[in-house]
Amino acid sequence: MAVSLHQPGPIPLAADFHCEAGELLALVGPSGSGKTTLLRAIAGLYRPAGGVIRCAGETWFDAAAGRSLRPQQRRVGLVFQDYALFPHLTARGNVMVALDHLPAAERRLAAEQWLARVRLDGLADRHPAALSGGQRQRVALARALARNPRVLLLDEPFSAVDQVTRRRLQRELALLRDEIRIPIVLVTHDLDEAAALADRLCVLHAGRSLQQAPAEALFRWPASPAVARLLDRHNVFAGRVADDASGRWLQWGPWRLEVASGLERLSPGQRVSWYLPPSDVVLHRRGRPSRGERENPVQGRVVEMAVLGGITFVALAFDHCDDTLRFELPTHAARRNGLAQGERVSVSLLAAGIHLMPGARPVDDEPVDIEPADLSGR
Amino acid sequence: MDWTALSVSLRLSALTCLLLLPVGLWLGRALALSRFRGRALCEALVALPLVMPPTVLGFYLMQAFGVQAPFGAFWQSLTGGGLNFTFTGILLASLVANLPFAVQPIQRAFETIPPNLREAAWCSGLSPSQTLWRIELPLVWPGLVSALALTFAHTLGEFGVILMVGGAIDGETRTLAIAIYDRVQAFDESGAAVMSAMLLLVSFLTIGVVYGLAGRRRWRRG
Repeated sequence: MAVSLHQPGPIPLAADFHCEAGELLALVGPSGSGKTTLLRAIAGLYRPAGGVIRCAGETWFDAAAGRSLRPQQRRVGLVFQDYALFPHLTARGNVMVALDHLPAAERRLAAEQWLARVRLDGLADRHPAALSGGQRQRVALARALARNPRVLLLDEPFSAVDQVTRRRLQRELALLRDEIRIPIVLVTHDLDEAAALADRLCVLHAGRSLQQAPAEALFRWPASPAVARLLDRHNVFAGRVADDASGRWLQWGPWRLEVASGLERLSPGQRVSWYLPPSDVVLHRRGRPSRGERENPVQGRVVEMAVLGGITFVALAFDHCDDTLRFELPTHAARRNGLAQGERVSVSLLAAGIHLMPGARPVDDEPVDIEPADLSGR
Repeated sequence: MDWTALSVSLRLSALTCLLLLPVGLWLGRALALSRFRGRALCEALVALPLVMPPTVLGFYLMQAFGVQAPFGAFWQSLTGGGLNFTFTGILLASLVANLPFAVQPIQRAFETIPPNLREAAWCSGLSPSQTLWRIELPLVWPGLVSALALTFAHTLGEFGVILMVGGAIDGETRTLAIAIYDRVQAFDESGAAVMSAMLLLVSFLTIGVVYGLAGRRRWRRG
């Protein structure tokens, strides 16, 4: 399925993404980023001003050609955020509504088979009001799948259930994926959920698709400071490319930082935003120098220390910039090194982890506006 | 006991219900679901008979039904007869007077259906008309029943409008409510009492039957 939707308003859209059969794509972004609107457009419940939607070799929507198939013709399975079960019908009745393509005599049995597949056997005669949140979600899923849809759309499907149920339902979705070979699009604002379930994430902001990549790549190489911020990544800084006879480096305040790759594409003097994953910050052990300490050593002041169980989250401040460097380490390591608020510590910024974002404006003069950076990931 | 008047009353109530039901369904659904210019004006017009004194409404209808008025003249050219002092006349008047009782409960019922239920039905493959029959109507059923109950009961007791438009012609426009008034005027209080008791009984039975019907739902909204 390929989606390309554009309109200036009332809900601004500039989204391009695709999702192959058997693939699970997560649309992530803050509320108001247009995730649900995109899902509704795919389902045929919302008609944008411009764009094209193609699925399974068929054009569902083409604004230029004036073509827009009705929701009934598109055959999508849509699980709504609040499930939208028909309250006057039983679980079986809800699924049977989506089975009109079968002969009347077979519908009842088929509905029960679908309910069994989502582990709801024995509850077919219950009305939605008599089902738990998790059970309702399964009925909604069974109903969405019963029509043999060409694409499955999930709108925040796990947001209305408790943590334990959510984990179980997520596991079941992961198992179900192997059985249905259709594109699955999941809308969620939960990054952990998206990272755990999806093959690829598409980051949205104000209706615009900023970057698509597998979670791992996205978290290591965000395309722009905006993407990093949307993904709740800290450690975005502004530096300057510098060089002399010995080579090229990234000048960050007083420090000369080696960068494993990317500098060669930039010109000396260019200002550039860069990002470093917290995992690539290495704390220097007090009194016991170790390997790697010669790699980009910098000194900062501990301004924040939050202990969350076995992990301690540390923020370092520097004299030359307002941004803090965040990283985490095992709580016992923090204790052993005598980390405390106000202490000055040394850390290494691993050259391989430094990710340059030259497409975007440097962080310090970028308040909220988003630059359409390199959309292809890295 | 004036059985003729009772039969006029029952006939009038039943026909009003029957004719207003499709109107109420269409108008109530449109007012609940569509956002169009002039919607507030439309709602105000529907509610107007509710706040107008019945004699005032009756007066205007009587004027409109007269052969000098465009509507009355049009009706006469169509059917060859007048509307004032006829059963058809009081039926038309009753349709106008009961419009809010039929439309408003149905409109409120449609407003309580979450919009995504309709969308879920479309995504499940139901056409708009199938969605209406299989999803929406079962859900607005209580609103439908209370619209019918209100319309029936209100028509049964309607006095001012009917008297203005229809007068009190035996077997044609004299409803039970008007017959009671006539008996009291003639100092026949026992006759009025019997008929009042009858009206009370019929009203009570109607309401009982329809609320019984509305209550027969096995599901509750979750």
